[in-house]
Amino acid sequence: MSERCAVIGIGQTKHSESRKDVSLAGLLREAAFRALADAGLESFQDIDAVVIGTAPDMFEGVMMPELFLADALGAVGKPIMRVHTAGSVGGSTAIVASSLIQTGIHERVLTLAFEKQSESNAMWALSPAIPFQPQLVAGAGGYFAPLIRAYIRRHDAHPDTGCVVAVKDREHGLLNPYAHLHLKQTLEEVKAAPVLWDPIRYSETCPSSDGAVAMVLASEKAAQGIKNPAWVRGTSVRTESTFRAHRDQINPQAGKDCAKHVYAQAGITNPYEEIDVAEIYVPFSWFEPMWLENLGFAEEGQGWRLTMDGKTRLGAEMPINPSGGVMCTNPIGASGMLRFAEAALQVRGMAGAHQVDGAKTALGHAYGGGSQFFAMWVVSSEKP
Amino acid sequence: MRDIAIVSSAQLPSVREMGPSDESELVQPVVTKALEAAGLTMDDIGFVCSGSSDYLVGRPFSFVAAIDGLKCWPPIQESHVEMDGAWALYEAWVRLLHGDIDTALVFAFGKGSLGPIPDVMNIQNDPFYVQPLGLDSISSAALQAQALIAAKKATERDFAEVAVRSRRNAMSNPNAQIKGEFDPKAIMKNEPYIASPLRKSYCPPLSDGAVAVVLAAGDKARSLVKRPAFIRGIDHRIEPASLGARDLTVSVSTKLAAEKVGVSTGKVDVAELHAPFAHQEIILREALGLGDDVVVNPSGGAISANPIMAAGLIRFAEAAQRIHDGSASRAVAHATSGACLQHNMVAVLEGE
Repeated sequence: MSERCAVIGIGQTKHSESRKDVSLAGLLREAAFRALADAGLESFQDIDAVVIGTAPDMFEGVMMPELFLADALGAVGKPIMRVHTAGSVGGSTAIVASSLIQTGIHERVLTLAFEKQSESNAMWALSPAIPFQPQLVAGAGGYFAPLIRAYIRRHDAHPDTGCVVAVKDREHGLLNPYAHLHLKQTLEEVKAAPVLWDPIRYSETCPSSDGAVAMVLASEKAAQGIKNPAWVRGTSVRTESTFRAHRDQINPQAGKDCAKHVYAQAGITNPYEEIDVAEIYVPFSWFEPMWLENLGFAEEGQGWRLTMDGKTRLGAEMPINPSGGVMCTNPIGASGMLRFAEAALQVRGMAGAHQVDGAKTALGHAYGGGSQFFAMWVVSSEKP
Repeated sequence: MRDIAIVSSAQLPSVREMGPSDESELVQPVVTKALEAAGLTMDDIGFVCSGSSDYLVGRPFSFVAAIDGLKCWPPIQESHVEMDGAWALYEAWVRLLHGDIDTALVFAFGKGSLGPIPDVMNIQNDPFYVQPLGLDSISSAALQAQALIAAKKATERDFAEVAVRSRRNAMSNPNAQIKGEFDPKAIMKNEPYIASPLRKSYCPPLSDGAVAVVLAAGDKARSLVKRPAFIRGIDHRIEPASLGARDLTVSVSTKLAAEKVGVSTGKVDVAELHAPFAHQEIILREALGLGDDVVVNPSGGAISANPIMAAGLIRFAEAAQRIHDGSASRAVAHATSGACLQHNMVAVLEGE
């Protein structure tokens, strides 16, 4: 890795249940133009290549959408790639884009991730009859609920933990003008919601969102003159087998290895002390304590205590998801890149009402599939 | 830039219908064979990248099942593109340029037997203005072929000759699906048009297949095999999706990518071109500036075996094979994506 990579432009759409006012291309352009403007660029002209990421094509009904979108994204005459690594795709996509800068191939790369969930029904798109396999018909919640039950049982976690995360993330979301859900909820209200998949209540799940996010990544040369770029200090991806018999899906090895790899690049030995803010992929609220442990912010079995002690709130010691996170906004394919982009916004000091004071180093985290795919980056206000 | 080479590859023989084999069963045999050919195991591999499409299987996350065809424990560094495997090779090439790892495994798979492929490909089109027209992949290719005839750049006889030559070449390729001696005149006389001016013989077969390629950097590559195929340049470019916005008789994106990688800076011995339809070889030859002295598609090309999502990466495997066996010193590999050659990748491979 020879060249430094900086995030010089960040843009996202207003996320909502259904962006009927824009087409798929229009949704992406909304995020892209905001990112270009943030980077001080007037048009796509100064972009060398485009890297897009999204979850399954079936969510929008366009196969290999980079073909349809090439024109709308100013990619004509340029290289364009489309990454797909399940829920971690937003993170993986940003990492491919950063590689194109770090290896000196391009000076400025536009990377985008998106989902327009209102075009289909993701819950059922996730539960099809797969050729030559038995049909699960569970959706994501049905898949993850047993893992959450196992986490609670294994570590005797406080049963309110998931509800506390939901209240906290929704409070954070109120500070983020782009968030889909703007909900003021009390703990009692969250606890009173119906259970969808024991122990996951309706109030403890993410919404289905339409939304897109874009970043302009640049070489050190191209980042000159940019106010407060976020420097990429480390990137990593890890995958483990889906059906390996001894997989620990509650604290996956792939997540631990990915974190270790990205911390080593960023020179981080104690993430709780050295990372100022983390944006992590929490589609069901109980995943906050699970990932706190997997990412090394807490000892195994102690993640839920950090949450219950209020340490993960904005203004506390280890703020997690000050943007409101996936619990407030879930355009699936974009959710991972939103974590990466929000981490970059924090170290740039541009997160507005949900800014963590003095944030210098931030973690962006994404996971996907049945917790077998991970993508992470560490960004910093300081050059590597 | 770091020298990166293709050191080995393996393919499943393409067939019309493989039967009830799932993604991991397609992937496992080619991955195992390609690694063996390089004298490596999964534990030696630094990065894995694959290419495939959910829409061929008719399910989301088709690639997730594929990774269980390889050993992912301890966890691996892995990525996937919902594109032809050639773009997975590109991502792996970029990853190797970082310099912290020396080897990568790339694979791609596609089963054309699971659905009506020409109709499925319509889902690539603009969802508002084109998809409702039902423009299938054969019809759009026919528009391109007709444009070529109208511009007097080719005749139907030229299409027939490309097909006949390709399928003659395929006779020496154990992985090819359509092979044999055919007569251009007989094709033109006996075969009805599917979509004028295309007859069946000018179109690719429907195929099930898979391919794996192993990449290695610098001296690692030299230590693994006798004659690595070094990637001297690789680039890809896209054009607008709208057929009306392009001159379909030329491939400006191929030409641009070829300029970026310096195809014309040396003698090209052999070229593996991803031309699923016969007429597309004619367009690509011109865009790449290939003369009559260049051996084109000795494998028989995609018109002889076309597992979608793998057929582009197969071109890289086939071009590298000519370097490995010493029959070529400098080869061009090309891959395409989208209707009427919308997105094109060009690479120059060389032996030492």
